[in-house]
Amino acid sequence: MTTNDRPVTGPIAHILSLAFDKNDVGGRRFLLILAVVTVAVPLLNMLPETSPFYVSTYTLTLMGKYLCYAILALSVDLIWGYCGIMSLGHGAFFTLGGYAMGMYLMRQIGERGVYGDPILPDFMVFLDWSELPWYWLGFDSFSFAMLMVLVVPGLLAFIFGWLAFRSRVTGVYLSIITQAMTYALMLAFFRNDMGFGGNNGLTDFKDILGFSLQADSTRAILFVITALALALAYLLSRFIVNSKLGRVIVSVRDAESRTRFIGYKVEHYKLFVFVLSAVIAGIAGALYVPQVGIINPGEFSPINSIEIIIWVAIGGRGTLYGAILGAILVNYAKTYFTGALPEVWLFMLGGLFVVTTLYLPKGVIGIANQVKDRYREQASKKQDQQMDSIKTENADTLSVEDPN
Amino acid sequence: MHTPNRQDTILYLNGVSVSFDGFKALNNLSLYIEPGELRAIIGPNGAGKSTMMDVITGKTRPDEGEVFFADHTDLTKYDEAEIANLGIGRKFQKPSCIESLTVYENLELSLSGTRTVFHALLHRLSPKQQERIDELLEIIGLTIERQTTAGLLSHGQKQWLEIGMLLAQDPQVLLIDEPVAGMTPQEVERTSTLLTSLAGKHSVIVVEHDMAFVRSIAQSKVTVLHQGSVLAEGSMDKIQSDPKVIEVYLGE
Repeated sequence: MTTNDRPVTGPIAHILSLAFDKNDVGGRRFLLILAVVTVAVPLLNMLPETSPFYVSTYTLTLMGKYLCYAILALSVDLIWGYCGIMSLGHGAFFTLGGYAMGMYLMRQIGERGVYGDPILPDFMVFLDWSELPWYWLGFDSFSFAMLMVLVVPGLLAFIFGWLAFRSRVTGVYLSIITQAMTYALMLAFFRNDMGFGGNNGLTDFKDILGFSLQADSTRAILFVITALALALAYLLSRFIVNSKLGRVIVSVRDAESRTRFIGYKVEHYKLFVFVLSAVIAGIAGALYVPQVGIINPGEFSPINSIEIIIWVAIGGRGTLYGAILGAILVNYAKTYFTGALPEVWLFMLGGLFVVTTLYLPKGVIGIANQVKDRYREQASKKQDQQMDSIKTENADTLSVEDPN
Repeated sequence: MHTPNRQDTILYLNGVSVSFDGFKALNNLSLYIEPGELRAIIGPNGAGKSTMMDVITGKTRPDEGEVFFADHTDLTKYDEAEIANLGIGRKFQKPSCIESLTVYENLELSLSGTRTVFHALLHRLSPKQQERIDELLEIIGLTIERQTTAGLLSHGQKQWLEIGMLLAQDPQVLLIDEPVAGMTPQEVERTSTLLTSLAGKHSVIVVEHDMAFVRSIAQSKVTVLHQGSVLAEGSMDKIQSDPKVIEVYLGE
């Protein structure tokens, strides 16, 4: 990137030029594929079921789910791939975003629940609760719920990050406490008296903003919104990593103490990226819940958070599009293998992680680049050889004239 | 050794002690640096040179003693980043530029200016800053390598880049730890010329093992550290003839 001869333009143009980086070939390819998929899949879903090109609503929803995971992977790549913080608790932010959306969807059920209570969700009636707990207030409003999708994960990340980064907890220790955080939340949400539906979580959703969640059209719209959210999250992340802030966080990753001695408050930078990453993860969770139709405390499970790290590692961290690719590849494999060979899937996942760590530190994207480089090298070698042979021919003819 | 007035100093360390698990890394160390001075600090391994730098730059808190910058700023109350922004730059013994960024980007991050998160998010180099980076590239002789990833530079070039990063911060005080380790004789000579030219505008403290190099830069004062305190201080000639110094350091 040439930072020195950039033309002077307005701040908006500057932000856009960083987000739509002309050197980001991988990103452009990804956005192009995403655009095609976003348009094609809902259209193919509208075809008659007998058509060979028909995409079922099941497949469409499954793809929507993968896209949610892709957003989640992107958020982890931002904090891990660029800032060097291996969060093993990002599933917590995703799940909290999911719960905020789930609470809105619960309130939308209204009298259509099994017990027919206009205010209380079924599980509260079942537990003999007489009124809505205070923290459920406001969730009948879509905009308030959406605000909470951003605020709750962001606030947790802010408090957690502020304490951890200020005390300079780094490396494995930080990873372990993020793991403890998500584990603690899982245990808390499993309890019935927390008021989030205990181990059943929140489910039986009926509609969102008046549109039935069972309708194909609603599913298609949710799919398109998820794809747009992924594209926006990608562009935002690309802008951030291309900005000066992006270079500061890379130096935090590679030489934390050096960065301090240049005068950067490392903890502020870490906190910014951590909170932003948590908010993106929360959005992913909120988009996930209406598509899969349930959110339960199992999503807080530490294993889920570890899986995200594996997606990013397999795809290739520190590239953004690598994380997205990893999330989609691994989840596609997961869907396939948990159907075909359910008992081996976890071993495969573990094996993939070991192989990636040992032999493919830059993931699938890394191999792709290696192959490309080798191909290019060979091509240039061939060219060199041709040039050499031309040169020697010329030299031969010259040497006749010039004895030296 | 007399104690000067604090207001005449840029850096004032008085009776500083630091111990790690009972080991006294610094023992009642007093060091006074005047504005614009070029001071060389020598001493055997474990004499407390690095700990002294850690205390000045906020990495280590002293158990006892005073550390003042420019008369009135108590450095023990600030962290590393704040001290760097006050105007004290540090170059490490091991070259520690940011290896995955280019030479240009390393200098860009080091340029003096606002260091807040939101400023960094929207920051763009002004033409003046670009000029300054070009100028620094010229000084450190890395103009051709401007777009090279810092990790690919030779050891000597990394040392130079780090000196460039230090200059980019435009600090009042430069703390430089073993600048010529691993450099070729030509590079050593260039470094010596550069450091000498910096004195006057900046105060420069150089910690170094290489006596020939110390002799080439220290036209004024040399401080010898030993077991965490000052063993001797004065001109190079005076130091070299000091029997205590000969015994612990030069005489080996």
